[in-house]
Amino acid sequence: METLILYSALALCGLILLCLYRALYGPTVFDRIIGAGFVGTKTAILLLLIGFIYNRIDMFVDLALVYSILNFIGTIIVSKYFIKKGSGIE
Amino acid sequence: MSYLVTFFIFLGFWIFMSGLFDIWHFGLGVICCALVSYMSSDLFFKEKPSFKKAVEVVRFVKYIPWLLYQIGLANIYIVKLAFHPKMKRQIYPHVVRFKTVLKDELSLVTFANSITLTPGTITLLIDGDVFYVHAIDKVVADSLPGEMEKRVGHIFGEVLWKH
Amino acid sequence: MTYIAGIFILAGVFFFLAATVGFLRFPDLYTRMHATGKGDTLGLLLCIVGLALYNGCINQSWNGLVQGVKIISIAIFWFIASPTATHALLRAAFESGVKPWTKDGVVVIDKGEDGKET
Repeated sequence: METLILYSALALCGLILLCLYRALYGPTVFDRIIGAGFVGTKTAILLLLIGFIYNRIDMFVDLALVYSILNFIGTIIVSKYFIKKGSGIE
Repeated sequence: MSYLVTFFIFLGFWIFMSGLFDIWHFGLGVICCALVSYMSSDLFFKEKPSFKKAVEVVRFVKYIPWLLYQIGLANIYIVKLAFHPKMKRQIYPHVVRFKTVLKDELSLVTFANSITLTPGTITLLIDGDVFYVHAIDKVVADSLPGEMEKRVGHIFGEVLWKH
Repeated sequence: MTYIAGIFILAGVFFFLAATVGFLRFPDLYTRMHATGKGDTLGLLLCIVGLALYNGCINQSWNGLVQGVKIISIAIFWFIASPTATHALLRAAFESGVKPWTKDGVVVIDKGEDGKET
C-alpha cells in the first residue's frame, strides 16, 4: 500500500507539471487562472498523500484543509477582480 | 433558538477540528463558539429554524445520491471526449439561454451548481431568472432544464413533483 | 479493505489524468472548463474516499476518527466550492467578452418554455 501511495503521489506530480504548461502559455488570462486552480486541487491531494507517506497525517490534514480553502478564496477574488476590470482582450 | 442551534453546530465543528477534551482547549472552544454565534446567528439563519427547514434538509440529503450518479456520468463523458482522437468533430459547443421557474436564492444556487456537475453543461451567467448555460453538445442541451429543475424545485417546495 | 482503498485512489488519479488531458486538448476556455470543473470534483472525491478508508484501516482510535472526519470535510467543502469557483470564473470570462469557440458562428441559442428552440 505504501508503494501505491508513493507512485500515485509521483503521478500527481507529473500531472501538475502538465497543468503548468497551460498556466504558463495559456492564450487568455482565464486559462492561466484555471490552470493555477487545478494545480491547487491536486496539491491538496498530494499533501494528504505525503502525510500518509511520512506517518504525520494529523499535521498534514490541516495543511490540506487550509490549502483548499485558500485556493477557493483566491479563485473567487481573482474572478471578482476581472468582473470589475475586464481582462483587456477583445 | 437560532442562537442555540448555531452554538451547538459550531461546538460540534470545534470538537472535530481539535479532537482534544482537556479543560483549557474545551473552555476556549466554548468561549469562541459563544462569541461567534452571538455575532453571526442572524447570518446563519435568515428566518427562524422551523419544521419546514428540517424537511428541506432531509430532501436535500435524498437528492445527493442522484447528484453523485450524475457526476459519475459526466466524468465518463469527459473521459470519452478527452481520449477521443477526433475530438473536435464530436463536439458542438454553444450557449443555451432559457428561463427558469425557480425563485428562491438558495434553490437558484443549488440548481446552478447541479447544472455545472451534470454531463456536458456548465452555468455561465444568471441574470434574474434567465440562465446562460454552455453546452458541449446538441444532445445534452436538449435535456435542459427538464428533470433537474423539477427535482431542485421539489427540495425547496416550489414545484410539485412525483416519482 | 486496503485493496478497496487502493482501487479508489487509483480511480481518482485516473480521473485527474483524464481531466488534465482534456484540459490540454480542448479547443477553447469554456470547453476546458468542462474538463476541469467536473474531473476535479470526482477525482478529489474518489481519492479522499480511498484515503479515508485507508486511514480507518491503519488508525483505529479517537484520533483516527477525528482525522477521518477532517479528511471527509475537505471533500464536502470542495463539493460545494468547486462548482462555485467554476461559475465565478466563467462569469468573469463571459462578461469581459471572451467568445466561445463554435463550429458555425451561432453563439447563443434561445429556448422557450416548452424546451423547443426558437
